Amino acid sequence: MHWGSSLLVCALLSATGPAHAFCGFYVGKADANLWNEASRVVMVRDGNRTTINMLNDYQGELKEFALVVPVPVVLRKEDVKTPFRALFERIDAYSAPRLAEYFDPDPCLAPPARELAAPQALGRAESRIAKASADALGVRIEAQYTVGPYDIVILSAEQSDGLETWLLQNGYRIPRGASTALAPYIRQNLKFFVARVNLEEHAKSGAQTLAPLQFSFQTAKFMLPIRLGMLNARGPQDLVLWVLTRNGRVETTNYRTVKLPANLDLPPYLKTDQEHSFGAFYKALFDEQAKREDYRVAFTEYFWDMSWCDPCAANPLSAQELRNLGVDWVSGDTREGARVMLTRLHVRYTPETFPEDLAFQETADRRNFQTRYVLRHAAKTEPDACPAAARYLKRVAERKEREAQALASLTGWDIATIRARNGLGAADAGFWQRVWRWLRTPPNGEQPISK
Amino acid sequence: MKPRLPGDARIWQIAFQAILLTVGVLARDFSLAAAQMALCFAAGLAAQALWVRALGLQGVGFLSAAITCFGLSLLLRADSLWVHPLAAALAVSAKFTLRVGAKHLFNPANLGVIAAVTLFPGAWISPGQWGSDLALAAWFIALGGLVASRAQRADTSWVFLAAYLGLAGLWTLWLGKSLDSWLHHLQSGALLLFAFFMISDPMTTPNRCSARVLHALAVAALAFAWQFAFFRPNGLLWALFFCAPLVPLLDRSLPGARFRWDGAAQPAATIARKDSWSTAR
Repeated sequence: MHWGSSLLVCALLSATGPAHAFCGFYVGKADANLWNEASRVVMVRDGNRTTINMLNDYQGELKEFALVVPVPVVLRKEDVKTPFRALFERIDAYSAPRLAEYFDPDPCLAPPARELAAPQALGRAESRIAKASADALGVRIEAQYTVGPYDIVILSAEQSDGLETWLLQNGYRIPRGASTALAPYIRQNLKFFVARVNLEEHAKSGAQTLAPLQFSFQTAKFMLPIRLGMLNARGPQDLVLWVLTRNGRVETTNYRTVKLPANLDLPPYLKTDQEHSFGAFYKALFDEQAKREDYRVAFTEYFWDMSWCDPCAANPLSAQELRNLGVDWVSGDTREGARVMLTRLHVRYTPETFPEDLAFQETADRRNFQTRYVLRHAAKTEPDACPAAARYLKRVAERKEREAQALASLTGWDIATIRARNGLGAADAGFWQRVWRWLRTPPNGEQPISK
Repeated sequence: MKPRLPGDARIWQIAFQAILLTVGVLARDFSLAAAQMALCFAAGLAAQALWVRALGLQGVGFLSAAITCFGLSLLLRADSLWVHPLAAALAVSAKFTLRVGAKHLFNPANLGVIAAVTLFPGAWISPGQWGSDLALAAWFIALGGLVASRAQRADTSWVFLAAYLGLAGLWTLWLGKSLDSWLHHLQSGALLLFAFFMISDPMTTPNRCSARVLHALAVAALAFAWQFAFFRPNGLLWALFFCAPLVPLLDRSLPGARFRWDGAAQPAATIARKDSWSTAR
């Protein structure tokens, strides 16, 4: 059975699947889709009103699928929806890390022509339940309904082992430790949202993949439960979280929130290079930065007023799309007067480095931020084309060296490989770079292996 | 100006705050612009100079104002240039205006931060900015402990930390969470910074030891409730702000000798009579 991704904010239970199928495990390799193993959540927060949209890339047997999420109140049927999957693709594309391309003007032409920007988006990182023994176990079925392809039960429990037993008796195979992980939520009087696929409804819809789930509630707690999903973690897990608010940037209050290095000039060869593509660059950058921070921080990837963008990786979401995600303070066809701020956070965490669920606050910060990287193409000219040309070419060589160093430092890639691909020979390297290379070269004369 | 004794704890506090700020800016990517900091200090020190001159005070220097400016730079975040200087001017001015008896009511940096996030647009506090690295936490304790004990108010820091972490520990136990969860609180840079550099300020804590213990317990209990029962961020700063009026009440019911930065103990009776504008600021 192949599990395409895991939803980390929830518990993904399985009736017959392997024990590691409990939400939060991490298998499979990143292929064309950069973060295809990441949990994707869109959260909308307005005062105490909270809406959570969760995308599920579950690819196993549908009858084995189940999802458990702690929620603060008993959700009514009208609080639960199945939004379009395309909304996630839209908000992802809009906020994706982006490349901006500029072409140097010919140094021999005066006055210099205006720079042309050609933004280009990074390809999208890509029941039935028996009631019989419930009372005896202290488990209460608070509500039960079907929404879209899902049979949903809202449970409350008095004891975590009672809940664990109930889940086991009802055909869920729960890994060791589930009871311990459930206990804090029960103590805080949280309810459990349990969803299973209703095979008949799913077949009727004709959908190939599972629809996302959306639920709304009122709560003073601005948080996202991630601890349940760590039960069977085998390594770092990824969460991409979009938060839509009225006023300002959202950050975590119990962990550091760090902006990823951005707005840097990078070697233009990234545009066409097979191995060092922009996608590979961004993945390596994130891997390297997350490792440097020891998986202890939440990274900000994007923060912008959703009415515009510059450069645009994709058009901003329409009023209708925003409403479908749960932004209920926009009305009509336009978003006139209603501000919607989007924060995109990317967290790579381990059970050890994130011992608490994520807690958030909306700050008053309105300074836009985007993970934008710039490619500057040099003008084609000869040193003797005009008096300015020689000076220009010298500046270009210096710039290429800076670009190479930036790329190496961000990604941990080998600088010699980068220099070679960026059209820089060893002679172009400055004195200190040459000393550094000499120091890094093993005594047998081998070059460091490029990553 | 009276020559300062080398034992003035404020010099040490300034040195450690400068180190922390440097660490924060260089290693913790604080979103603090150099201009914000420069304006903060310019406005804070100018406000101090103006008040000292206007009131014709003797023997009042700039150390406390500098500490206030460091505190604001460490805590306050803003998306414009004017928030820091305005908060600094307000904080320093409050020392000269909001007074009960011989002492100013609010910890200046605490008041400045609370005023800024409440009154000014584009101002916020980043409680998570220090992260929870163990090494950094140890540094806080080592550096801060020294400052606090030199200022003879280590009792406040330790009582507060014990009470707050004790409550957090009980809460963690009751929830059935792991020890890691509690350790995460213990390692919070923001908590340690608050315990050793803010609540321990001798000028805004009660004079008598027993009163300081009561004050520290009250702040810890309120901060805990704010954070864990009401799920609001920045409980520490709000708790100290709301508990400020307790200090004059405690000083009245449990009188003690008022603190002096130069180390000379002063009997309580003389303060009210003739020394209401001494080195208190």
